[in-house]
Amino acid sequence: MTRTLRALPTLLRIGLAEAVAYRAELLVWLLATNMPLVMLALWSAVARDAPVGRFGQKEFVAYYLAALVVRLLTGAWVVWELTFEIRQGTLAYRLLRPLHPLVAYAAENIAAMPLRLAISLPVALAGLWLTSGDSLTHDPARLLLFPLAVLGAWLITFLAMALVGTLAFRADSAASLFEIWMGLYALLSGYLVPLELFPPWVSALARWLPFRSMLGFPVELVTGHLGRGEAVVELAIQWCWIAGLLVAVRFAWRAGLRRFAAFGG
Amino acid sequence: MRRYLRLLAVQLRASTALALQYRLEFLGQGALALLWTSWSLVPLVVVFSDRKGVAGWSFEEALVVMGWFTLMKGILEGAVNPSLASVVEHIRKGTLDFVLLKPADAQFLVSTARFMPWRIVDVLAGLGIFSVAFHRMGRWPTAGAVAAALALLACATLVLYSLWILVISAAFYLVKIDNLSYLFSSIYDAARWPVDVFRGFLRLLFTFVIPLALLTSYPALALLGKLDLSVAAQALGGSLLFAVAARLVWTRAIRRYTSASS
Repeated sequence: MTRTLRALPTLLRIGLAEAVAYRAELLVWLLATNMPLVMLALWSAVARDAPVGRFGQKEFVAYYLAALVVRLLTGAWVVWELTFEIRQGTLAYRLLRPLHPLVAYAAENIAAMPLRLAISLPVALAGLWLTSGDSLTHDPARLLLFPLAVLGAWLITFLAMALVGTLAFRADSAASLFEIWMGLYALLSGYLVPLELFPPWVSALARWLPFRSMLGFPVELVTGHLGRGEAVVELAIQWCWIAGLLVAVRFAWRAGLRRFAAFGG
Repeated sequence: MRRYLRLLAVQLRASTALALQYRLEFLGQGALALLWTSWSLVPLVVVFSDRKGVAGWSFEEALVVMGWFTLMKGILEGAVNPSLASVVEHIRKGTLDFVLLKPADAQFLVSTARFMPWRIVDVLAGLGIFSVAFHRMGRWPTAGAVAAALALLACATLVLYSLWILVISAAFYLVKIDNLSYLFSSIYDAARWPVDVFRGFLRLLFTFVIPLALLTSYPALALLGKLDLSVAAQALGGSLLFAVAARLVWTRAIRRYTSASS
C-alpha cells in the first residue's frame, strides 16, 4: 500500500508526459466527443416553438454543455489497453512490477486529466456562463457534491471497463462486448436524451442501472434538476455501484489471471 | 479500364470467399444490426413523441433520413471502411511498399483491398425503415423519385469515399491515427438527423465542409419527391468536386510516405 503511494507521483508524471507526447490523439478524441453538441442542436430545434417538459432552449444548452464536460472528465480507455495487452502478452511486463496493473492504468488515466481539462473546460465553461449561467444551480451544497459525483462517475466508468477488459483473459471478443455496454450507456445515461424526457417506466428503470450514475446524475446535479434530498439518494446509489464493481473487478481479475499465459520473449 | 474491372472482381471474390468462411458471423451481425437499428430509433421516437414536426420535418420524413443513415452506414462499414482501415496499418508498419510496387493505381488497390459482404444487413435494415416510413405515409415513392434517389446514392457514396480518402491522407502526416476512424464515425453519427435541425455554423459545416447533408438529407428529400432539380445538380457537382479534391490530396500525401522498413 505505502509502496503504491510512493510510486504514485512518478506514475502521474509519466502519464502526463505521455498525454503531452500524444497530444494530436487527444485532440482527435476531444473532437470526437461531439455528440452532446449535435443533440443540443437537435433539441434546440425541438424547443424553439415550445419547451419540452421542464426543458426550454436554455435548459438544453446547460444540460448538454454539462454533459460534455462530465463526459470529457470521466473518459477512460482501460478496456482497449487491457484487451490489447492481454492478447499481445505485454501484460507480463506489468505483472512483474511491484504494483497492481489496474492501479497503474488508473494513474495513467488520471494523469491525462489536466491536459484534457486545459483544452476542454474553458470552452465549455465559457459557453455555459455566456448562454445560460442562471440555469446552473447556485446551491453551494449541490456544487460541493458535484466533484464527488464526477469522481464517482469516473470510477464506475473505469471499473466497468476494467471488468469487461478482464474478460479478455477468457474470450476474444471482450472489446465488442464493450460496444454493447456503450450502446446501453448512450441511451440510459442521459447522454443522448435527458432521462426525464423518456416515458416514466424507462426513467424508473434507468434509475437503478449504473449508467445514470455515470453521466446523468452529475449533470442533473449541476443543472439543478435534482433536489438536495434526491441528490443524496443518487449519490448513495452511485457509491453502491462503485463498491459492487470493485468487488467484481477484484474477483474477475484474480480468476482471469490464473488463465493468463504470455508467449514469446 | 477493363483491367481495373477485372481486378475489382478478383478482390470482391477474395473478400466474399473470406466472408463465407465466417457464416455464423452473418447471424450474429444480423441480430446485432437489427438491435442497433431499433435502438437508434429511440431518440427519434422520443423527440417526436410530443411534436408533429421538427424544423419542417415530420416523423415519417425524419424516419426516411434515418433509413438513409442506416443504409449508408452499411456501405461505409461494408465497402469503404475495411480496406481503408488497413491502409493506416500499412503506413504505420511501412508495408505500403508492397502495394506501391504493384503495377496498378495505388489508390484503387488500397480502396478495394477488403469488403465485408455481411454488412449488407444494414442496407436491408435501411430499406426496411423506408418501407415502414412510406407505409405510415400511405403512399409509395414515384419511379422518378426512386431514380433521383439512386443518383444521389451514388453521389453520397462518392462523397463518403472521398471523405475517407482525406482522412487516410492525414495518416501520412500524423501516423498514429487509430482514433481518426473513430472521429470520422462520430461525425458521421450527426447525419442521422435532417440537416435542417442544425443552424448557423453547424449548418454550414455539415452542408459544405463535411457534407453530411449530401449523405442522408438530400437522398431522403429525393426519395420523398421534394428535392429541387437545381439542388440535385449542385449536389452532383459538389460530390464530383469533392472526389477530385480527395484525389489531389491523396497524390500529394502519398509523396510524404517514407517506408519504415528495417
